[in-house]
Amino acid sequence: MGAHVRKLGIRAIFAVRVVRVVNRLSRLLGRGEGTVIGGRVGLAIDSQLLRKLAKGRQIVLVSGTNGKTTTTALLREGWGGDVVSNVTGANMPAGHVAALVTSASTRVVLEVDEAWLVKVIRDTEPAVVVLLNLSRDQLDRANEVRQVAQRWRDGFSDLFNDSRAGVVVANANDPLVVYAAEVAPRVRWCAVMNWWTEDAVSCPVCTQPITYEGTWTCSGQGEESEFLSWHCSSCDFSPPTTVEAMMSTKAHVGSQSLVLDLQIPGSFNESNALIALEALAVLGVDFHEGLERMRQLRSVAGRFELRTWRGRTWRLMLAKNPAGFESLFHLVEGSKHDLVVAINANVADGHDPSWLYDAHFERLRGRRVWCSGERKLDLATRLYYADVEFGVSSEEELAANLSSSDPIDVIANYTAFASWYERSSPC
Amino acid sequence: MLKIATIFPELLGTYGDGGNGLVLLQRAKKRGLDVSLHSVGIGDALIDADLYLLGGGEDGPQQQATEALRRDGSLAKRLDDGAHIFAVCAGLQILGTSFAVHGGNSARGLEFVDAESVRSAQRSVGDLVVDVDGHELVGFENHGGQTHLGPDVRPLGTVRRGFGNDGRVDGFRTTVMTATYSHGPVLALNPWLADALLAASLRIELEPLASVADDLYEQRRRALRV
Ligand SMILES: [Zn+2]
Repeated sequence: MGAHVRKLGIRAIFAVRVVRVVNRLSRLLGRGEGTVIGGRVGLAIDSQLLRKLAKGRQIVLVSGTNGKTTTTALLREGWGGDVVSNVTGANMPAGHVAALVTSASTRVVLEVDEAWLVKVIRDTEPAVVVLLNLSRDQLDRANEVRQVAQRWRDGFSDLFNDSRAGVVVANANDPLVVYAAEVAPRVRWCAVMNWWTEDAVSCPVCTQPITYEGTWTCSGQGEESEFLSWHCSSCDFSPPTTVEAMMSTKAHVGSQSLVLDLQIPGSFNESNALIALEALAVLGVDFHEGLERMRQLRSVAGRFELRTWRGRTWRLMLAKNPAGFESLFHLVEGSKHDLVVAINANVADGHDPSWLYDAHFERLRGRRVWCSGERKLDLATRLYYADVEFGVSSEEELAANLSSSDPIDVIANYTAFASWYERSSPC
Repeated sequence: MLKIATIFPELLGTYGDGGNGLVLLQRAKKRGLDVSLHSVGIGDALIDADLYLLGGGEDGPQQQATEALRRDGSLAKRLDDGAHIFAVCAGLQILGTSFAVHGGNSARGLEFVDAESVRSAQRSVGDLVVDVDGHELVGFENHGGQTHLGPDVRPLGTVRRGFGNDGRVDGFRTTVMTATYSHGPVLALNPWLADALLAASLRIELEPLASVADDLYEQRRRALRV
């Protein structure tokens, strides 16, 4: 730590100490992890603190609407050794500062809020930027997702003029991500499944409709994979022609075909892992070793974890927006068991749960869904109009009401997930 | 047979606005009425419907939708023939004389209503409560507009919480048009309004339909009591 801190300069050294003290105080006072408040105070003392703390380190940034936390965890595991990361999920500069003061390790993986990405790239000069996807999320705060794509694109064309610029590893199947990343000089495209196309219905280049039809085939290492094809109905905006990595029955990365065999469930997590492996390839990490380490990951910040409460076992899953729900509906499909869905509408969730009507709850027909969380009536009304059988119950009575056998799947949005995590304990 | 049509959902459907069509369809169906829900895509000719829905959207798509409706030209005629429109947010602005677009410019609306929309000093984001003829409309608004109604245009109601058109009143209504800044799916939150639109389009009285939507409405009213 000493050598690392010495290079920072007096002001930054003071700022770093203050961040640590505030974080410790905040924890002692029971105000949570204190990561954000400490980082904020540090940045107030030295506005260049993030830049200074980032200097001389090999940094990977992960951004996108869905899968940031999981992909960050996969990268952290896969890279191996001492990796610094914003494990609490505080993904704005204050959270990054708070994470970086905890260790001088040169390996850093940070998840970054979409709205902050360009600034954080500018400050940290990352080796790799991972772009997962862009879809509607908490529109009462972030406004429009297409503006985010435009800001990324403007930022990238500006930032990546520099020859020292890092490599962008990006989802080739998300039109908004393609639009943003195609201006970067070094992009490694990954072809993965895209579960959500409803935020890219009009072309980001010319605003004419994007057509989703047929398939586009990508091939590599002797295997071909087909994806839902998309192209602009008017201009030549379409998926990139060459991809570095792709997901089919196996994961194809570099010259390797790998069976992922992860412990965390869901094909969307396989996509996250594929993109993480491609990012590790840029860093020179051996695929097999990286994947072996990724396989150790069983849950991420409580997600997919089996927990116990009121004598029953629950599998907790987090979804915050329509695209997230869509991928989890896909995961729980096929089961006839009771399902719990928990919805809140606090600041961290977005105050407006109108997005419930953008997610296809109709896919849950044929099973009973228990409505939980502070906005359980909003959810129940959505299910009523979707012709899905539902129950409304207090959390206290829920365990007794369920007819299913354990484990019971719980899909919750952000603060509802936190409540479920708190009331339950590890199995 | 009641035909409901959502106009250009790919352009105007930012905030779960598609839910409004679903709510109308289901409330009619659950009463055993003959009803169908359609969506009119950009580039398609407008279908003959009894009730049209216009949702919210960003500046670009809003302008694109307006131009497409102007080119098509049949919506005004449908209204003359007695069809209804329910419009929210950007949809409300489209029906007026003009609305603000990127770069401080203004775009021409469809001019069905004497209502001019300009850019507000700040974005209005939050709960919206409006008094409408003895009912409370509860909803959520998220827009950067401000709408001035002409002297002969009746607002939908008086704002009790939030901003609406101008901090005083929200939306407008005529015999065939109903509009509000409360974005979608405002009809999921206000079953009475959904039923009022259905009844007006069908020109019949509707049987009550008790459901969890009523509980939601009561809960939101309590939560938002000014
Ligand atoms: Zn185009």
